[in-house]
Amino acid sequence: MQVELIEIRDHLSRFAPFDELPEETLDETASQVQVQYYKAGTLILEAGQDITDLHYIRSGAVEILRRNGELFNRLGEGDIFGQASLRRDSRVRFPARALEDTLIYFIPGVLFSQLNESFDNFADFVDTEGSGRLRSAIELQGRANELMKVRVNKLISRPPVMLDAQASVHQAATVMTDQSVSALLITEPMADDPQQRRVVGIITDRDFRTRVVSEALPPETPLQHIMSADPITLQSNDSVFEAILCMLRHNIHHLPILNRRRPVGLINLADVIRYQSQSSLYLVNDIFNRQSIAELQGLVPDVRATFVRMVEDDASAHMIGSAMSSIGRSFIQRLVDLAEAQLGPPPVPYCFMVMGSMARDEQLIVTDQDNALVLDDRFDPAEHDDYFLRLATFVSDGLAACGYTYCKGDIMATNQRWRQPLAVWKNYFNDWIERPNPQTLLNSNIFFDLEAVSGQTDFVEQLHELIATRASGNQRFLALLARNSLNRTPPLGIFRTFVMEQDGRQKNIINIKGRGTAPLTDLIRVHALACGSTAQSSVDRLDDIAKTRLMPPESVDRLRYALEFLSLARIRHQALDIREKREPDNYIEPENVSAAERHGLKDAFQILSNAQKFLRYRYPHTTGDGRP
Amino acid sequence: MKPTVANHASDWPAYLANMAASTRQPSLQRFYKAEWPAADTPLSEVEFIALDIETTGLNPKRHSILSIGAVPFTLGRIRSNQAWQQLVRPHSDLIPESVVFHRITHSDIRQAPRFAQIMDSLVDQLAGRVAVVHYRNIERNFIDQAVRQAFGESLLFPMVDTMQIEADLHPQRQPGWLLRLLGRKPLSIRLADSRTRYNLPLYQAHHALTDALGTAELLQAQVATHLSPRQHLGDLWC
Repeated sequence: MQVELIEIRDHLSRFAPFDELPEETLDETASQVQVQYYKAGTLILEAGQDITDLHYIRSGAVEILRRNGELFNRLGEGDIFGQASLRRDSRVRFPARALEDTLIYFIPGVLFSQLNESFDNFADFVDTEGSGRLRSAIELQGRANELMKVRVNKLISRPPVMLDAQASVHQAATVMTDQSVSALLITEPMADDPQQRRVVGIITDRDFRTRVVSEALPPETPLQHIMSADPITLQSNDSVFEAILCMLRHNIHHLPILNRRRPVGLINLADVIRYQSQSSLYLVNDIFNRQSIAELQGLVPDVRATFVRMVEDDASAHMIGSAMSSIGRSFIQRLVDLAEAQLGPPPVPYCFMVMGSMARDEQLIVTDQDNALVLDDRFDPAEHDDYFLRLATFVSDGLAACGYTYCKGDIMATNQRWRQPLAVWKNYFNDWIERPNPQTLLNSNIFFDLEAVSGQTDFVEQLHELIATRASGNQRFLALLARNSLNRTPPLGIFRTFVMEQDGRQKNIINIKGRGTAPLTDLIRVHALACGSTAQSSVDRLDDIAKTRLMPPESVDRLRYALEFLSLARIRHQALDIREKREPDNYIEPENVSAAERHGLKDAFQILSNAQKFLRYRYPHTTGDGRP
Repeated sequence: MKPTVANHASDWPAYLANMAASTRQPSLQRFYKAEWPAADTPLSEVEFIALDIETTGLNPKRHSILSIGAVPFTLGRIRSNQAWQQLVRPHSDLIPESVVFHRITHSDIRQAPRFAQIMDSLVDQLAGRVAVVHYRNIERNFIDQAVRQAFGESLLFPMVDTMQIEADLHPQRQPGWLLRLLGRKPLSIRLADSRTRYNLPLYQAHHALTDALGTAELLQAQVATHLSPRQHLGDLWC
């Protein structure tokens, strides 16, 4: 019988670069692993000592030091170290110390060399440390491509619910109800490894209707009489695309996923067609049928439910951000309609516009309202402003009732300063761009994400054009905008129980917006304005940036990846808050972050940090008189 | 007469030498004659082997061994690449509870060898190495009983018991009546709970080889945290 340490193999299979290895190679690798425990604080590798194995962190955290004792890097679960020394002269260059109680897997150097020679992906990952992981994540752009590349095991959200073939129909119904699943795997122990189960059948909700109830079978009927025997299965490293084909071809809605013969999950049709979530469309339709603020307010739970459902459907951050922004804009449009119905038609044409995340199509659940009114130049304050103030107040109060809290900075159409004719708005922007100073720019930053929601949309388009033409050539403006965007920096890393700051301090909480998505969208905005882009969403802005030679295509891809990953992390944690009946916020506790997510976060923070360095260099700060 | 554990705990080398002289079974003779470490050997120099068995029940007289897992190690390295595991066909009937527990059933063990057939390779694994177990009564009594049934001889050998170490570390693990009244739970020294105290990861329980690996890691953690590599083997074996 083959000796297999399941715990070792399964752990390796979850982390790059081992996750891409073929099954046999992974088995062979796992069978050669040795293990060692290190108490927190003990030295794992000393500078200058011989090194014969690749080091893999099974649990805990490790810090890599420079020879002078300075911190070089901190690593966590699933990270590897020692590869550079192994490939150079088998002498340790950087000492390593256990930061927490740590369990290390040793992978023999000989095997490590073989893996490097045989598998390009493996070697790429090892060569480039973090960015190999990054590249593979970015290649998943585009739906069809993604379906081909994403392994079906990524769709597995929970272990399969399994029962023995001898269990009764009644037991099955109880288990399915308790676990709220629509299908069960029927298993028996494997002949050659009895501690493992093998799938012999499947039962779905439908089988209860067609085979149990309609035949009036007694509740003690054994499952083997009603199950579909020997169901079609897929391997966990097959692609999502194969899963779709398989379901279509055989007209089945449930598909057991195996790791070789071991069942690891059960996916259904809904898991597979997760890429398009239609539910937001129903909600938007509902919004337009409501007749009052009170009625609109009744939809707030639905907004949250839609958000959570999209997260559960594994929608991308971009899709969720767009959907939530569409919902937000629908609320505004409906409120504007209701206001006009109450106040009568507007005395002059106007445009109701939004700023910030809603304008960028990146709105989430925790959000305040940032809006303004652009009025026709025939606007006469004495005669017309009363109308527009009442309209602004109606919309703003309505939004607040629907969960979009008032803007703390008073950037709302109710503020007279932000309720002005187009000509005044043009002056505002001219002033901000031509005579920038750090303080006014800090406050006006948000106006550089701008979108029309209702009324004369061409007013806002004119402002877009003006910004794009004026901003791209103004080095001082760009430099100050860049400088402001560097006020917020990402942490160095994130570990099982804490966040590591750049200066080595540890915190137990991180503001994922303030330290991640916000500085990143700020940075993307600076580049986009420099490129003369009129795009508002970060994703579109990155497309525009990619068309120029401002930065190499890989760098743009890296930013894209970091944006998606940070946004998703923020989204997932808000969804978790909602599910657990907490008020959602932007704070992540490292303890609630999975090992895989920690990896991605660390990479994304690294990308952001590097991008900030490039930004500083690309838009050098100039002195007050405009000279560098 | 079966010697009690307490008797030879103080003098395992004498016991092993004595058995080497008296046993007639060749593989047991080989086992007892192996090079065994002295009581004053520092822990850092001891060749250990983590050992775990899964059984059909808790009574060695009525129940049988189902599977054995073993992982050789030292304080410096767990040689999981040399792990050994063996399924055993029991003499006693499998009872339903243990089927659920280990997920081993009749059909699985039909092809497995009897204990008598695998004893040679088992004792070759164990010879000269100090067995490390979590709760020695199970491994010690079941292996001894199995050897008695197969060959009419006894098989006892030195063990380090990681559960005993935890028990000694936490002598007051039963809270007093007042604390119990206030809801304080007794401290658990089960394998999984003990591992958690050293920040060792959660493993699937009741799989002989996995539990053996888990026990090896636990001893390393215990020595790194509470004991010293220079401490003598004689302080721990029992």
